[in-house]
This record gives sequence, C-alpha cells and structure tokens, in this order.
Amino acid sequence: MQQRSFSGVSQSPRSPSKQPPYLAVSVTDPAKMGNGVQAYISYKVITKTNLPEYQGLEKIVIRRYSDFVWLRDRLFEKYKGIFIPPLPEKSTVEKFRFTAEFIEMRRQALDIFVNRIASHHELQQSEDLRIFLQADEQTMERARSQESGIFKKKPADLMQIFKDVQSRVSDVVLGKEKPVEELNPDFEKLKRYVFELEDHLAEAQKHAYRLVKRHRELGQSLSDFGRAVKLLGACEGEALGKAFAELGAKSEMLSVKLQKEAQHLLMNFEEPLKDYVRAVHSVKGTIAERAAAFRQHCELAETIKLKEIDLNKLRLTRSERTADAEHEYEELKADGEEARRRFETIVRLMNEEMVRFQEEKTLDMGLAFHEFAKGQSRLANGIADAWRSLLPKLEACSSS
Amino acid sequence: MMGYENQGHEEAHLYATPAEMESLVLTDNDDSSHHQSQPNHHHPLSSSLPFAAQIPTDDDHLLASPSFLTHSQSQSQNPIPNHSSSSSSFKFILEPPSYADAVFRSFDGDHINETNGHDSSSGDLSSSPPSTVEYLSISVSDPQKEQDLANSLVSGGNTYVTYLITTRTNLPDFNGSEFSVRRRFKDVVTLSDRLSESYRGFFIPIRPDKNVVESQVMQKQEFVEQRRVALEKYLRRLAAHPVIRRSDELRSFLEVDGRLPLVRNTDVASRMLDGAVKLPRQLFGESVGGAVDVSEVVQPAKGGRDLLRLFKELKQSVTNDWGGAKPPVVEEDKEFLEKKEKLQDFEQQISNVSQQAESLVKAQQDIGETMGQLGLAFVKLTKFETEEAVYETQRVRAADMKSVATAAVKASRLYRELTAQTVKHLDKLHEYLGAMLAVNQAFSDRSSALLTVQTLLSELSSLHLRIEKLEAASSKIFGGDRARIRKIDELKETVRATEDAKSCAIREYERIKENNKNELERLDKERHDDFFNMLKGFVVNQAGYAEKMASVWDMVAEETIGYAKDGS
Repeated sequence: MQQRSFSGVSQSPRSPSKQPPYLAVSVTDPAKMGNGVQAYISYKVITKTNLPEYQGLEKIVIRRYSDFVWLRDRLFEKYKGIFIPPLPEKSTVEKFRFTAEFIEMRRQALDIFVNRIASHHELQQSEDLRIFLQADEQTMERARSQESGIFKKKPADLMQIFKDVQSRVSDVVLGKEKPVEELNPDFEKLKRYVFELEDHLAEAQKHAYRLVKRHRELGQSLSDFGRAVKLLGACEGEALGKAFAELGAKSEMLSVKLQKEAQHLLMNFEEPLKDYVRAVHSVKGTIAERAAAFRQHCELAETIKLKEIDLNKLRLTRSERTADAEHEYEELKADGEEARRRFETIVRLMNEEMVRFQEEKTLDMGLAFHEFAKGQSRLANGIADAWRSLLPKLEACSSS
Repeated sequence: MMGYENQGHEEAHLYATPAEMESLVLTDNDDSSHHQSQPNHHHPLSSSLPFAAQIPTDDDHLLASPSFLTHSQSQSQNPIPNHSSSSSSFKFILEPPSYADAVFRSFDGDHINETNGHDSSSGDLSSSPPSTVEYLSISVSDPQKEQDLANSLVSGGNTYVTYLITTRTNLPDFNGSEFSVRRRFKDVVTLSDRLSESYRGFFIPIRPDKNVVESQVMQKQEFVEQRRVALEKYLRRLAAHPVIRRSDELRSFLEVDGRLPLVRNTDVASRMLDGAVKLPRQLFGESVGGAVDVSEVVQPAKGGRDLLRLFKELKQSVTNDWGGAKPPVVEEDKEFLEKKEKLQDFEQQISNVSQQAESLVKAQQDIGETMGQLGLAFVKLTKFETEEAVYETQRVRAADMKSVATAAVKASRLYRELTAQTVKHLDKLHEYLGAMLAVNQAFSDRSSALLTVQTLLSELSSLHLRIEKLEAASSKIFGGDRARIRKIDELKETVRATEDAKSCAIREYERIKENNKNELERLDKERHDDFFNMLKGFVVNQAGYAEKMASVWDMVAEETIGYAKDGS
C-alpha cells in the first residue's frame, strides 16, 4: 500500500503551536451495498489533515467508484496540462465485480489515485478534491449527477482526438493539409514516444498477467500430483510408501506457496504495470488537450487576422459599423490572448509534468521490480528448502 | 546413428523456443560490476541489433553452497548401486552449464548407463563398463529400404525397412565382442513370440506395436525414426533382463547373420491338416496307440491350431466359473493372490501418477515459456527507453529493466532445463506402466497353464467314469462283451496317455509358478531401487534448479533494494 504523505507544499513559518502542514488520505474498508443489479461497493475515505481549508483534523466519508470518476473528470477539465492520475478500469465482466481479489485490487488502486492527487503540488489545492474528501453523500451525489453529460468526455471522444492528432501528423508528412499542428520537434518526439511506450508496456503487462496464471496452474498441478503420489504411496506401503507420502505432502505444501506467490505477483507486479499503462493513457489525454488548445489558439489567430483586415477596410471607408467592429476586434483579441495563454500554460505544465512523470515511473517500476524479484526469490528458496528437507528422509527410507 | 540419443530427441521437441530468444547474444561475462548496485552505466546499451545482454556467471555462488558439496560427499560413500548416475547428476547441477548447449546436453549419467543395456539408473552397473562387469549393449540404427524380391507379385513389389542392430558385449555366450546384423520388424515379432513361448511366467518386456499402416506411411522418415527408437528401447530392456539376456533366442537374433534362424513353432494346425498330428486325437478320446506328444501340452492352446483343445479348455473355464463344483485344482497360493491384487491397485495408481506427472511437466514448461516472453518484452522496453531517453531517470529505469529482463530470460532457460530433466526422471513411471503389461502376460501364462491342468483332470475323471460304466455293463453279460472289453482297453490306454500329459502339465504349471515368484521378487527389488532413485533424482533436480533461480532473483532484489519501502 503506497501511502504518500503530503509533500511539496511551501511551509509557512513555524510558530511553536503549529505543525508542518500535512494531508494524509487513505481508502479502506470496502463494503458491498445494495442488492442485485444495483449492488455496488462503497469505500471509506479517511482524511487526516491540519490544513485550514479542511474541516477538522480527521474526516471520514463514504465514496463509491463513480465518485472517484467524478473527481478525475473534474480535475481533467480544470487542470489541463497536468497528467491526472489514472483510475482503475470499470469491471467489464460481471461475475468478477464482487470477488475479493478484484475488490482489493480496486481499493489499492483507488488509494494510490487519491494519494497521488493529494501529493501533487497543483492538484492538492483543488476545490474538487476538498469536496470529494469532505462533502456528505447527498452533496456528493448532487455534484456527480450535475456533471455527467456536460463535462464528461467519453472515451470515444478522446479516441477521436487521438486519431485526429495522428492523422494530422501523417497529413503534414504527406503534405496534404495546411498544418494545424505544432511544428515543435520536441513535441513530435514526445508524441511518438508516448504512443510507442504504450505498446511496449501493454505487451509487458500482458505477459505479466499470463505469468500470474502460470503460477496458479503450476500450483494446481503440484497439488494434483501430490495427491496422486500419496495414493501410490498408500498402495506401496513400507519404506517406499513412506517416501511417496512425504513427496506427496511436500508437493501439496508447495502448491500453496505457488498460489500465494501468484497473488503477490498480481498485486505487486502486474498491477503496477497496468497502472503504468493507465498513466500513459492519461498522458495521451493531456496531449489531446494540448492539441485542442493549440488548434483553438491558431483558429482564433486566423480569425483575428481576418477581422483585422476587415476592420482596416471599415476604417478606411469610415463606416458606421466601425465602432462595433472595433469592439468585436478587441474582444477577439482578448479571446486570442486567452487562448494563447491557455495553450502556453499547457505547454509549460506538460514539460514539468514529463519530468515528474518519468521520475514517478522510475520509482514505481523500481519498486515493482523489487517486489517481483523478492517474490520469485522467496518462492524459489521455499521450493529449494522444501525439496532439500526431503532428501535425508529419502536416504533414511531407502537404506531401510 | 540416426538422429539424437533418446534424451536429446525428447529435449529437442519439448520446447519451441521463440526464435528471438535464441538470437539474443548472451555473453557469459564475468562482469563483477554487475553485482554491485545499479545503475550499470558503464555499458551503455547500443542500439544496434542483436541486443547484447550480459549475464554474469553464477559459478561462485553455487560452488560455495555447502549443502551441495556435503551431500555429494555423503553420496559417494553410499554403497547403494546406481549412485553413479545420481552423483553425476550432482556434478551436473554444480557445474554452471553453458547456456548455449544447455538445451541439447545429454544427461551424462543416463547416457553411459544406457549403453550398458539398462535404462537410466536401473541395474547394478557403474557408469563406465569395466572389464569385470558383464555388459550387453545394443543400438539400433541406419534404417534401409529393402526389396522382398522372392514374394513380389507386382514389380516394385513388397518393400520393407531393415535396421542395423549393433551389439557390444563381453558375455561369454556370444561369439565376439562387437558385431552387427540387419533385421526387419517382422524378425522382432518372431523374437518376441519365441520368447513368450520359451519363457512362460517371466516378465518379458513387451515389444513395440505392429502399427499396421499403409505402406506409404511405413516409409515416412518420422515413422521409421519412431520405430527405430522403440526397437532400441525394446532390445535394451531385453538385454537388461537377467534371464532373457542369456537366452538363445536373443543371442540368435543379435548374432546370426542373414536369415533369422528362429524356427516357427510346431504348427499344430498345419500338421493336423497333414494328418500327422497325434495329440489332439488323444483329447478327442480316440485311441491311436501313438505316444502323446507331451511337448504340445506345455504350450497354451492357440487359436487356429489346437481348436479342439481350445474348445475343451473353454468348457472347463466355464465350468470353473459357473459350475457348482469347485474345479479340481484351484489357485490356492494366497500370497500370490494378494500380490496380484496389490499389483492391480499399483497399476492403477501408477497410471494416475503418470498422468499427473505429465500435467506437472507441462505446467513447468509453460511457466518457463511465459517467463521468457516477459523477459523479451522487457528487453524491448529497455532498448526503447534507452534509445528515447531524454531524462536521466529514464536511463536509470532502463537499467533496472535490463536487470529484470536478464533475470527473466535466465529463469526461463532454467525452467526449460529443469523440465527436460524432470521428464527423464518421471519417465520411470511410464516404464513401469509398460512393465505391468509384461506382468499381466506372465500371470496369464500361469492361469492358462492352470486351465490346461484342470482340463486334463476333468478329462481323466470323465474317462474313468466311462470305463466304470462299460465295466459295469460288461460284467452283466456272461463271458464278457468282446466289443466292450476292447473299448475298455482302448480307454485305459487313453487314460495312461492322459496321465502322462497331466503330469507334464502340472510340472509346467509349477514351473511357471516358480518363474512368477522369482520375477515378482525381482520386480519388487528393482521397483524399490528404481523408484527411490527416481524420487531422489526428481527432488535433487527440483531443489538444484530452484536454488539457481533463487540466486538469479536475489541479485535483482539486491540491486533494486533502494526502491523498497521501509521495513520491507
């Protein structure tokens, strides 16, 4: 469980009565609510903080998955340029929705999600986060239903934006269209990097998941083998029978170890890889936002230029529409300025975010690799010990 | 010699290695710097293919492992036979294998044992054949197509395959120490049949199936190779049997050049047609005045030949099963009956274990394969991150990934080796399943011999009954009934002949019982030894490879320990 405590906040000068500011969040205690088709899982979200914006030192609220989705969507809207931490997927297969394994995996992922937000120097100041962490359930529900359909970008839309991004790039290359894309080589490189990275990661994650399954299968066949060997031992009897019995028992014991390791592998290696893939999706979302902002900025710039030409014409002819036109022109210029500013903010933020993102992923992966290696080592040592311990017994049996 | 040794053959098709994995250039680099904490910046990964990954050797780590050494030492003091194969298996585990030839490395101990005519780790022979120990080593090779000119009705006629049977031996029965003959499969069938007749009651290894298939298939290389392997296994098993290896039949087969001199059995059916046969008429109840060919009695009745005898014995067995009265002689040996039941149970359990062993091997193979694929995926990722690196942190991550990728590929190869070895050990189970067929055959020899005895006894008692009746009828007539008296004399002749046959049959039955008993003892002992060695081999193998894998992953865990949370 990664629980990151509050960090990166500018510290106010300490007075003897004041502690350094902190904001610690955890997602715990999944509970099944409701029945049948309507059933869902609720989680306890516990906030411990001394920040003035929050009510009190500790607050516990009940949240469900769609509340987390709301938070993510709001942040995505408000903080363009920042890679919003990813959420675990909605469960597509009905029968797994309420398995202990799935629930725990989701809880862990949600906990990481909220903590990442709470420790991000920009996101942690978000109003929406405060609402999420503190509001009562009715307020939360109201907020949730308000937003759906208006701000929520369906995955399909995002995909369309990606496709546009990709097709525009190729169009430029083919010389088809006037580029409405940034001709920023670094940005091009970044886009290629992100898209290719996703492919590589997806493949690695696929094999990681298969590896989990293989562990389970090996565990199962060891168990079956052990049982069969024990029966053979019962049939043989005497020294040899005992030897078989011991072998069978060891096999069954190792089967348990394998199942455990499979679980550990799933939670501590495969899940972080999946998380990485999700994070890359989030980056792609931001890339799309940047492209959209750029296009808007360009379009406005175009419009402004045209308007300026019109305006100059009007000025020359001293038309009575000139005043209105001037007014519109000024407004357009302001909008254009706004769009440019927005775009440049996104660019700036993205650059900072890439640094943060890469650092975060190195740490996350480093830990995942460590857990993977530790788990495999533990398993292998357990297997070796178990079989080794059998040898003296075998020797004793065979010489009798 | 065509193709691989058995082991190589098994290994080769066990594991379909992705071509990419094989193209990885792995240098067994004594790069001690790799042992230290990452990141390994000294060897920036070049973007040129093939991707060079460094795998440090694990020599020191393993050789230093005390448990291996002490165990190996204690093993060498162990007077138990076949230790040689296990000690060489220790050696195999201690020495770091070069990964390049790991796949096709033969299991040395096994290989040497096989040439002694024993399958792996059975028998009482040491690894090298010293002159004092008797050995009979057989190999089958060089299949050739030949034409059966004599019988060809169609031009281009009947083609068949012959194999070169090469024998090396120091047994005195043979003329020479190394010789070869050419034999075809039909000859093997003849050999097998002759042995079944001469060695009733023995656990004779079962010959390979006839596989009646189209002549086109017969000549396909795959089929021929399969058959060659099967023949070799079969002949080696025969050579491993303490009694059969000394048999005339086997010797002739191995030694006599040209046509196989094993004569087909006295074909009673054809003799009957010739009118020359004598015995069946004794059983018909007719007197001929000739001597009983008692040698007939020592063979079971076979279809197509002793038709009448078959009929009588069938009648007897039905009487045994459905008749109210107890048959005149019954299988009374309680010990035998218990043994038989136990063996049936054993057969079932072995079959079950053998099946589960197969699944286990497959699961091991699968996990190794997936591990390899995971390693490959990370290799690609590493390359990618390195090439595209903009930030230092990416290079750090790439180095971590490289560690994991290397370890995963290594682990995958270890799994592959482990699986190949496991197959060899657990193969013993399959062998014993096959051996049970021989046991069942031997038991069936016994029951058919018993049936013959029972049939003759019934025959005798009915003959006596007829004599009684005739005598009673005859005595009523004053001066005797010439016809009846003549009949009585004839019957008395038949009784004498049948008595002789009965004694013969009983002797045969007892002989077979004795063979059964001895073979059962031999089976028990061999099974005991074989299975213990199998278990030990299996366990040592599993432990050895697990330890190797542990050390591979320990290194990565060590290198990445910086990322660990406190207290992990």
